[in-house]
Amino acid sequence: MGALGHFIEREGIPAAQISLIREQTAAIKPPRALWVPFMLGRPFGAPNAPDFQRKVLRALLALFDRPSGPVLEDFKEDAPVDAVGETTFACPVSFAQADTDSDDPVKAMRREIAQLAPWYELARKRRGRTTVGVSGLTMEQAANFAAGFTGDAPASPYDARLSAGVALKRVCDDLKAYHYEAVAAQPGNLSSREIDRWFWFETITGKVFLAIQQACLRSDDKSLQPLGKLSLVPRAIAHALAEKARTAA
Amino acid sequence: MARLADLGVWERELLLEMLKEIPDYKGQPWVAGPPLDKRRVAIITTSGMHRAGDPPYADGAAANDYRVIPGDVDTAQLVMSHLSSNFDRTGFEQDVNVVFPIDRLKELAADGVVGSVADYHYAFMGAARVPGLEPRVRQVAALLKQDAVDAVLLTPV
Repeated sequence: MGALGHFIEREGIPAAQISLIREQTAAIKPPRALWVPFMLGRPFGAPNAPDFQRKVLRALLALFDRPSGPVLEDFKEDAPVDAVGETTFACPVSFAQADTDSDDPVKAMRREIAQLAPWYELARKRRGRTTVGVSGLTMEQAANFAAGFTGDAPASPYDARLSAGVALKRVCDDLKAYHYEAVAAQPGNLSSREIDRWFWFETITGKVFLAIQQACLRSDDKSLQPLGKLSLVPRAIAHALAEKARTAA
Repeated sequence: MARLADLGVWERELLLEMLKEIPDYKGQPWVAGPPLDKRRVAIITTSGMHRAGDPPYADGAAANDYRVIPGDVDTAQLVMSHLSSNFDRTGFEQDVNVVFPIDRLKELAADGVVGSVADYHYAFMGAARVPGLEPRVRQVAALLKQDAVDAVLLTPV
């Protein structure tokens, strides 16, 4: 991000950036930066908080009024708790437990997708949009495709323009977004962290993703290897799983 | 939340490790411009955002290509295919403005805080490598100049 600002400025256009990791921005010294104390993925603080978003945006724009730089300013206010609150604890329905005996991941995933469908549709209606749609596949097609990667003979990409890794990542992004949007519509007002834990520890699809990660680690296909290392399972989840395994041992 | 002190030890160490590879641009160059209420503003997001149906970004960390987001985009069409799984997406799922504040920017233009909003905005993949990035940014800068942009907002995830 800092490099981008530098290159833009070098072309003669002033740039101001949001900084999410202050230490990185302080090291790179782009011309103008506003550090914000928000979670990664939320540079303007909180969803559906237009007044707060406007405040952050105005603070960022104000950096253009500075006569010289580099400028690294701190935005001092924390983000408001969003509609998917950070304070309420709830225990969402566990699908992985209910389907423990199932040997067929595709059938189990399809069942899970069907059970979540009313919640997903409700979320889509309430929000007026969905972030599912990266792959262009239906959820059933996505489940079939993703589950094919749990073995050692993965399916061919559904789109000839894509490597196996990119195709798989797009399908996994869609499956994950579908689950996240659906569960956010359920009662319980789950925080983003609770939704993460639910997905990775309580759903069939989360379990399938962990199996896919292992298969990608074993794969000779270079496009699949990033999914084995870092781009499928978040570091926080990998760490929690390792802790769990250590405790169990 | 993104304060280093609030992150797990493993994550903190990883981010600090990344500092070793970061260039120091010393705030240079520095380009001045007109008062804010005369500026034309564009957004560049490194969220890997795009319109559903856009061609996919190139593979992995080599993805230094970009996608165009028209200013009059139907935001319901915006999705994200970022390489990383290590940031929150539940905010974006609820409201695109938490990542790409296009509605807020239009409001500030209507209020006269900024001069105007660019006709086109751009999205890159946040994990893009610096050496391959520069030629692409130069292309985007040329497009921004054609759009008379004189203020760029850079927003990461």
